[in-house]
Amino acid sequence: MRFLPDAEQREFARSLDGMLAESHTPGVVRAWAGGDHGPGRALWARLADAGVLALAVPEKHGGLGPLPVELTVACTELGRHAVPGPLAESVAAAALLARLDSPRAFSWLSRIAAGTALVSLCAPAGGSPYALDPDTADAVFVVDGDTVRLAREHGPLQPSADPARRLARPVGGAVLARGPEATAAAAHAVDVAALATAAQALGLGRALLARTVEHVRRRTQFGVAVGSFQAVKHRLADTLLALEFAQPLLSAAALALQAGDPAAGAAIAAAKVTAGEAAHTAARTALHLHGALGYTEEFDLSLWIRKARPLRDAWGTPAVCRARVLAAGAPG
Amino acid sequence: MDLDFTAAEDAFRAEARAWLAAHVPRAPLPSLETAEGFAAHREWERTLAAGRWSAVSWPEEFGGRGASLTQWLIFEEEYHAAGAPGRVAQNGICLLAPALFAYGTAGQRARVLPPTASGEVIWAQAWSEPEAGSDLASLRSTAVRTRDGWRLSGQKTWSSRAAFADRAFGLFRSDPDGTDPDLRHRGLTYLMFPLDADGVTVRPVGRLDGKPAFAEVFLDDVLVPDEDVVGEPGQGWRVAMSTAGDERGLTLRSPGRFTAAAERLVRLWRERADPADTALRDRVADAVIGARAYRLSAYATASRLAAGGSVGAEASLNKVFWSELDLALHETALDLLGPFGELSDTAAEAPGHGRWAEGHTFALAGPIYAGTNEIQRDIVAERLLGLPKGRR
Repeated sequence: MRFLPDAEQREFARSLDGMLAESHTPGVVRAWAGGDHGPGRALWARLADAGVLALAVPEKHGGLGPLPVELTVACTELGRHAVPGPLAESVAAAALLARLDSPRAFSWLSRIAAGTALVSLCAPAGGSPYALDPDTADAVFVVDGDTVRLAREHGPLQPSADPARRLARPVGGAVLARGPEATAAAAHAVDVAALATAAQALGLGRALLARTVEHVRRRTQFGVAVGSFQAVKHRLADTLLALEFAQPLLSAAALALQAGDPAAGAAIAAAKVTAGEAAHTAARTALHLHGALGYTEEFDLSLWIRKARPLRDAWGTPAVCRARVLAAGAPG
Repeated sequence: MDLDFTAAEDAFRAEARAWLAAHVPRAPLPSLETAEGFAAHREWERTLAAGRWSAVSWPEEFGGRGASLTQWLIFEEEYHAAGAPGRVAQNGICLLAPALFAYGTAGQRARVLPPTASGEVIWAQAWSEPEAGSDLASLRSTAVRTRDGWRLSGQKTWSSRAAFADRAFGLFRSDPDGTDPDLRHRGLTYLMFPLDADGVTVRPVGRLDGKPAFAEVFLDDVLVPDEDVVGEPGQGWRVAMSTAGDERGLTLRSPGRFTAAAERLVRLWRERADPADTALRDRVADAVIGARAYRLSAYATASRLAAGGSVGAEASLNKVFWSELDLALHETALDLLGPFGELSDTAAEAPGHGRWAEGHTFALAGPIYAGTNEIQRDIVAERLLGLPKGRR
């Protein structure tokens, strides 16, 4: 057993972290939230060059995957830097399309892998009637019962609590696939989306913790660093604790998906609720330990804080995940 | 990255499972916090030792199996899944023995370890004092040099197992100047002593449910030979702290214990719960997920150690995690039991032979012993997050 990322996976994470740190994502996020997708699409192109978008696309369709472990590694780093865009939706769409026996579906895969097409996915089974970022996506795939469609257009944008998440209902469109095969492919896609979202949440939570630790070390009140107060320390210790115990659940979920384990769905649900709650708590802690500063929109921390709750709830709310863990039976 | 066991590990698991299936008592033993239960648990330790399962992590020459951390985790999973009794010998096997392996002499290991493995000698801890709890380094009990040994005086308290144990190990101040706040970690000596020696008075203390789970130990000029000092005189703090991480971390509360308890909780929930009560359902799910997270985290730790890494203050994260998990899990069980949740484990109609009630009482102490969770959070914040030291 070697239940640790290998050297290559660690290096992949380090290089993405370095690349994203240099990309000044706060500016990219603010532009995206304002409807200017240019800088974001340019960043996505660089991520595609780094291979991120090929991880869920099978090799025979021009990808590198499916590589769920590497996918969680990458999504964690994108979450850490609050990268905007339909990340979980893209990789889940790739997982969906690869399982449909349809040349039209396949034709999208190489474009997703190469980054020439940015796609989104809406599956009410995933818990939401909205598609993420349909206004910039080149395609929005919709799962409706046993039918997979390519949406024709989308309804009016519904602003999210996280302005960088642009939501709208997909409308109409041609049928790509229908039947049990489509249903099975969609269930798999929802699992992939949940795994990717859990990884993003974990990375987001780690960034919130790191920024808050930095702040409380520097900020002084009553003549000392506020980080020397026990009440502050203990909230941060609890935040680290929650994130640290989410990590192995996430890794195990990726391995289960990779192995085609029938319990993969439950493992993903466990990782999703744990990482989602950990990030959500991290956001609350970050907000409050930054004081009024954390409550301001202009402070960049807000870009991370506002993402935490939507990521916790997307592709499986905590309640849905917990029910799924128990539906699958005993722990293991 | 993988979670695969080797063929040897699978064989080890199969051997443990088969042995446990053949030997675990069919009916639960009486509580080990009673005289009758203590004797029954000591007998079980003898049975374990006869099968060479009492101290699997120890080297073979002392009755162990030289088990790796992964093998130990496997053994513990099987042990708890089999519903085997609590370990009355744990203090000696998991706390004293690692100190002896790291700091003891060959003579001490040869003399102390075999009877510890066989249950012939059960050990109590003697750390805390009335005025030295979390601030252990402020302890005042003394060890004064005599011609051929040490004379111990003072009072220890909250000593786990001391009501019925044979011997104890703990820290004593051997350098009286060490009470200087800056020097107080120095001048402490780690000693072993018999609980039936002249000058030792043991007064059992009832825990919350009245059972004498610990005791006060009064030492009045107790003579101890030199050979019962572990490590160098004056270096006791370092010896004790070398195993504090073991206690807080994995070896005190193995993941297998919680995995098995979570499985029993799920069964209880399926038998008893109102399916419409989603609040309770969520708490059951959280216990299952928490047990799984702890188990996976242990495998990550084992992998890190096997790859040449080490475990430091991360042990404090573990301690907070398992103690809160244990409490939440048992609170959930009692809530599932409704009106039967208040029954003492001694009640004839206590569900599950009183195991949930006893487990709950035990879990209530988890956030306190082995270093309170408040102290652990300080350690996490200061050593893992790099926050400045402040007033406790």
